Amino acid sequence: MELIIDILSWIFLVLGSFFCFTGALGLLRFPDFFSRTHAAGVTDTMGAGMILLGLILQAGWGLVMAKLIMILVFSFLASTTACHAMAKAALKSGLRPHTDHDHNAEDSSSKP
Amino acid sequence: MHDLFAVVMLSGIYSLLSASLFLDLDAVDVAFTEASVGAGISTLLFLATLKLVPRHEKESRYKPTLALAVTIATGALLIYGTLDMPHFGDGNAPVHQHVAPRYLNDSMDEIGIPNVVTSVLASYRGYDTLGETLVIFTAGIGVMSLLLVSQRTKDQARKKVPADMQQQVILRVVAKMMIPLILIFALYVQFHGDYSPGGGFQAGVIFAAGIILYTMLFGLSLTQKVFNSKIVELFTALGVLLYGGVGVACLILGGNFLDYDVLRHDAVHGQHLGILLVELGVGITVASVMITLFFKFTWRTVKHKYNQ
Repeated sequence: MELIIDILSWIFLVLGSFFCFTGALGLLRFPDFFSRTHAAGVTDTMGAGMILLGLILQAGWGLVMAKLIMILVFSFLASTTACHAMAKAALKSGLRPHTDHDHNAEDSSSKP
Repeated sequence: MHDLFAVVMLSGIYSLLSASLFLDLDAVDVAFTEASVGAGISTLLFLATLKLVPRHEKESRYKPTLALAVTIATGALLIYGTLDMPHFGDGNAPVHQHVAPRYLNDSMDEIGIPNVVTSVLASYRGYDTLGETLVIFTAGIGVMSLLLVSQRTKDQARKKVPADMQQQVILRVVAKMMIPLILIFALYVQFHGDYSPGGGFQAGVIFAAGIILYTMLFGLSLTQKVFNSKIVELFTALGVLLYGGVGVACLILGGNFLDYDVLRHDAVHGQHLGILLVELGVGITVASVMITLFFKFTWRTVKHKYNQ
């Protein structure tokens, strides 16, 4: 039993670290604001969420587990809403998403 | 950097980073304060101010050479001053020799609460905390008199002025779920401050943040039904009064000012009661000052929008 929980917990931890890493990479490398917001959101929800899940499995029944679950719920609610609010604010203030269409138009216009 | 919005965001990030630094140094109470006050409420108040003033700094007509020189000179002097200080973490440093051993060794017998920070803050150093509460009270009065608004604006705001974020359904739903949790957490921080990190300052700020979030999403007129601005303004003074009143009660019962030993038959019980009341006073003052400041900013926005 102990072994299964350990294995599960480590899977969650490694997956969480992976999502944190890809989120950071996306934040740096994605082309426009909206996709970068998405990357940051992935770090908050999947990355932090998976790591918290792994930690919950490690903690076992008790007060620590309850606190971790509260953090998990709270961060899930807060960070997704914050991402939504940011994206909506950007859209409202006139920032348009960078679409494939723009990309093709740019390419064709840059061609002689 | 001329974009003031970016400056506000950077100062918030700076506060959050220093909060993690304090946490790393095992100063949990200070980290908590820094996170809630520095990164939380002051960023919020800065943003509220930015709504009233232009976003970009004006181009200055002269080069601030003199100011730069003064800053560099002061910085150099400060660094020169640190050369004589004891090494970091030196056990023989005066700060660890003077009163700290007494606080750490005798706090449990004299005050009887597990969180030494709270006992130092509210009992041993009660005068200083009274001073801090008065500073917040005074700052609140200062801003209130700077941002005077006419009765007409207040009436205008009391009518159905829609909140700016009335349309944001998702934000409203999530806020409805979170605001009760925020308020309960504030009360927990307030009343559990004797046993865990926290206390009046943090609790007041968190409570105010919950109310401010509600005001932003549902409008001032709804908030005012519960938190009438006049009553909140009275509460700013009530907190300080409670703090000072505990001190005077100690005087009347034959002790020194803010010497809680005489409040109950048993010295430790007296300390418990005194700390609880004093922290409550701090919490009330901080929360109501912050709420009032935000009300003032909102009134100003309403004035700019509707009374022209």
